Amino acid sequence: MNYAPGIGFQILQSVFVVLAAPLLMGWVNQCRAWLQNRSAPSLWLPYFTLAKLFHKDAVIARDASPLFRLTPYILFGCMWLAAGIVPVLATDLPFAPAADIIALVGVFALARVFSALAAMDIGTSFGGLGARREMLIGFLAEPAMLMTLFTAAFISGSTQLTTIVETLAHREFAIYPSLAFAAVAFVMVLLAENARIPIDNPSTHLELTMIHEAMILEYSARHLALIEWAVAIKLFAYMTIGIALFVPWGIAEAGNWAALPVAFASLALKLAFAGAGLALLESQLAKLRLFLAPEFLSAAFLLAVLGMLTHFLVRG
Amino acid sequence: MLENVSPLIGSLAIGIGWLAIAALALIPSGNAFFARHVAFPLGALAGLALAGFGVGAVWVPAEQMTLPLGMPDLPFHLRIDPLAGFFLMLLGSVATGISVYAGGFFRDEAPGRLALIGLQYHVFLASMAFVILADDAYLFMVAWETMALSSYFLVTTDHREPAIRSAGFLYLLIAHLGALAILLCFGVMHGGQGDYSFDALRAAELAPKWATVAFLLAFFGFGAKAGMIPLHAWLPEAHPAAPSPVSALMSGIMLKTAIYGMVRVIYDLIGGVRWEWGMLVLAVGAGTTLFGVLYALMQHDLKRLLAYHSVENVGIILLGLGMSMLFIGFGHHAAGILGLIAALYHTLNHAVFKGLLFLGAGSILHSAGLRDLNHMGGLIRTMPKTAFYFLIGALAISALPPLNGFVSEWLTFQTALQAPILENGVVRSLLPLFAAMLALAGALTAMCFVKVYGIAFLGRPRQAGRAAPAPNGDHGHDAGNMERFGMAWLAAGCFVLGLFPTSFLLMLNRVGFSLTGHGLPNEALESNWLWLVPTAPEQASYSPLIFMLVIVAVTLLTFALVRRFYHGRVRFADPWDCGFPEQTARMQDTADAFGQPIRHIFGPIYRMRRHMPAPDDPAPRFSIEIEDRHWTLLYLPVARLSGLLSSKIGLLQRGRISIYLLYSFLTLIALLVFVR
Repeated sequence: MNYAPGIGFQILQSVFVVLAAPLLMGWVNQCRAWLQNRSAPSLWLPYFTLAKLFHKDAVIARDASPLFRLTPYILFGCMWLAAGIVPVLATDLPFAPAADIIALVGVFALARVFSALAAMDIGTSFGGLGARREMLIGFLAEPAMLMTLFTAAFISGSTQLTTIVETLAHREFAIYPSLAFAAVAFVMVLLAENARIPIDNPSTHLELTMIHEAMILEYSARHLALIEWAVAIKLFAYMTIGIALFVPWGIAEAGNWAALPVAFASLALKLAFAGAGLALLESQLAKLRLFLAPEFLSAAFLLAVLGMLTHFLVRG
Repeated sequence: MLENVSPLIGSLAIGIGWLAIAALALIPSGNAFFARHVAFPLGALAGLALAGFGVGAVWVPAEQMTLPLGMPDLPFHLRIDPLAGFFLMLLGSVATGISVYAGGFFRDEAPGRLALIGLQYHVFLASMAFVILADDAYLFMVAWETMALSSYFLVTTDHREPAIRSAGFLYLLIAHLGALAILLCFGVMHGGQGDYSFDALRAAELAPKWATVAFLLAFFGFGAKAGMIPLHAWLPEAHPAAPSPVSALMSGIMLKTAIYGMVRVIYDLIGGVRWEWGMLVLAVGAGTTLFGVLYALMQHDLKRLLAYHSVENVGIILLGLGMSMLFIGFGHHAAGILGLIAALYHTLNHAVFKGLLFLGAGSILHSAGLRDLNHMGGLIRTMPKTAFYFLIGALAISALPPLNGFVSEWLTFQTALQAPILENGVVRSLLPLFAAMLALAGALTAMCFVKVYGIAFLGRPRQAGRAAPAPNGDHGHDAGNMERFGMAWLAAGCFVLGLFPTSFLLMLNRVGFSLTGHGLPNEALESNWLWLVPTAPEQASYSPLIFMLVIVAVTLLTFALVRRFYHGRVRFADPWDCGFPEQTARMQDTADAFGQPIRHIFGPIYRMRRHMPAPDDPAPRFSIEIEDRHWTLLYLPVARLSGLLSSKIGLLQRGRISIYLLYSFLTLIALLVFVR
């Protein structure tokens, strides 16, 4: 079998995701500004911010351990791997069988553990607080995420994302109750895992409410840039997972290179919608108190379980 | 040279060899050098050889042998088959690392005590080998009890402390309750034929009712040793009491002999697994998993915390076993074998990473004199190598790819995902919920080990002026060479088991085949060493090696690119203090604070006693005590009841010989009347 075009495409896709991720971030911020009657920043602002951060000198606390300096690179590497596994444009990804949906959740967990550890490295009270809250959100969100993915896995009889997408893309255009439940649960998990409102606020620096920001307080310059970039890739990856599971139509299937332009256009359209939807959700919702987060996420978990049970009951 | 020795003879020789080392350790009892530099390393070499024989035994037909020992008409039978081979491999390979470590760890012991530890330690190892090799109920029970007793003496090494004596007593008590159940189980299985060899037990046809009774006795008897809830109470007491290498042996290997016993009795000796049994095992396993990790999150004594994690991991093993029994009971053998493989894989993984973590905890105790997490902090600066190995163990137990804990949890998830083939609708819907429970436990474990690692190794030292110095007077040096070798050996095991799972999958498939006569589908077995495929390639696959290589390559590439296009300039400064300059190390999160959200969410599970200071208290102190609910709900009532019964029975005891003679007389009369 000739793997070369597949591998080439694989590398191309992951580079594309890494480069395009800040754009999605810029788009979400732009939409949010519009919804809040502010004049919107440029779509390219995240790139400028990254460039600025990369040029600065890193300021590091005196007693930081090597773990602290290594973590941004590990985070970035994990997210890059995730970006390579999720079928974004086509399902012909030779590396995708190396990690199925369970391993994908594992990659996100690995990144989370490292960022929480790095937050505790300096020994400030903020770092510990952020790490504790991040792990709290994580353990609530992970089972819900797995249940959502399991629903899709039961429908397609496989835990390979590429196989799931191929199966789901071939179903006729109809609403499946199980997938509808799973989709709602997935959106809730997406909000929590990406530190968005109502669980966390990406633009806050208020001590009492911040989770993700509290963890990265000690980072600056290139390290901060890598973390911000990784955050953008994570959002991109989550959105593309959602698209792949719930609206896979238009994706180019194995070997069908001619379908790539269509796939590209449909992806851009779907992401534009998803980003605008995220901004809308964030503008409409208020941030929850930290101890309402368990209720929010257990609701997501129950919805995912309902979706799975519906699949067993009606086979739909 | 060793290839020509049959695995059974070889394993027997290793068992005897360990006994010989035990005797040797005692002879020059004035000489600590001998015990440390000869006895323990020799024991480690024997372990390595045993692991080799174990691997060999998996791939050859079963072998049997009768020893001219034991009682008249009750000779000792030995047998080695793939299941025994797998567990001997586990025992040997993990014991290798721990033994080398022990040689370094006991460097400050007085020679006399060291000789005793050497004796008990190697008797303990040998007894575990004979538990696995035994082929009749008699030898099995003898080895089982030797194991319990030798480990009891090891736990109570520091027997001058009352807390350690009572921990040892609790351990001995529950061990004997378990042993009693196992003995009864053998009695039920043998059904009055007078032959207690496993061959006879295997051949005996049990009525379904009696098979279930035997299953229940075996499940609870071995469960008591494995630490399944509600019989887990001895673990968090005994593990902190024992010296660290002994904790590692007990948690890493001895609990696994209980899993061995469970698999041996249920799959092999009773046979005819029923799905209802699987449901019971699943339910108990799920409870054990969740309770274990939730209690672990509340601990601030590092070794107690690890002990509760052993409870949790036994729960995960039981989840795998339960699923396996469920599928086999319904006649889906391929899925059943997958569950068995997942459970046994996790058994091996847990032995490796929990051994590693206990050794790491021992090194902290040894070098910094600390066991309470709330006093630690910043150890990564004084003990960087220990910190590195501990990090590997922490990542492995948190089930993070690409290390070994993830592989077995992945296999367990894959087993649960076979649920659609079941015909029973209720069971089919329940199975994924157990998988969700596993996911929850995995994420909670990650939280717990972020807490452990973040508080012990990262941050700043919290101990200023509070730490008890180590026995040798200094705090703050890394572990010695032998200790480091022991940890490195097990850390390497985490990588090997995590990155090359396919060869172990094939091995375990053979174990499953030898027990049930069924195996995984051929599609799964045809995959090459790079890809882990449990059922069929299009259903699920995982390649940890590619996974690892991609992450490492991408991380290095990012590093190189950033350095190439930008710069590596760094300035060092104080951490940001939020405008409040008087921050101290005591303001960092503590272990108790880290668990606070969990306490808040899962409050009803714990028995908490909070002391809140009054608002006008000039010297406010906040304190909270958290207790295991099983104590008040189960153990204390049982203890009170047995106390009451004993005091009633105690009335018989008058302390006068004539009264005792009267009792004997009355008993004889009664026997003569009833028995004739």
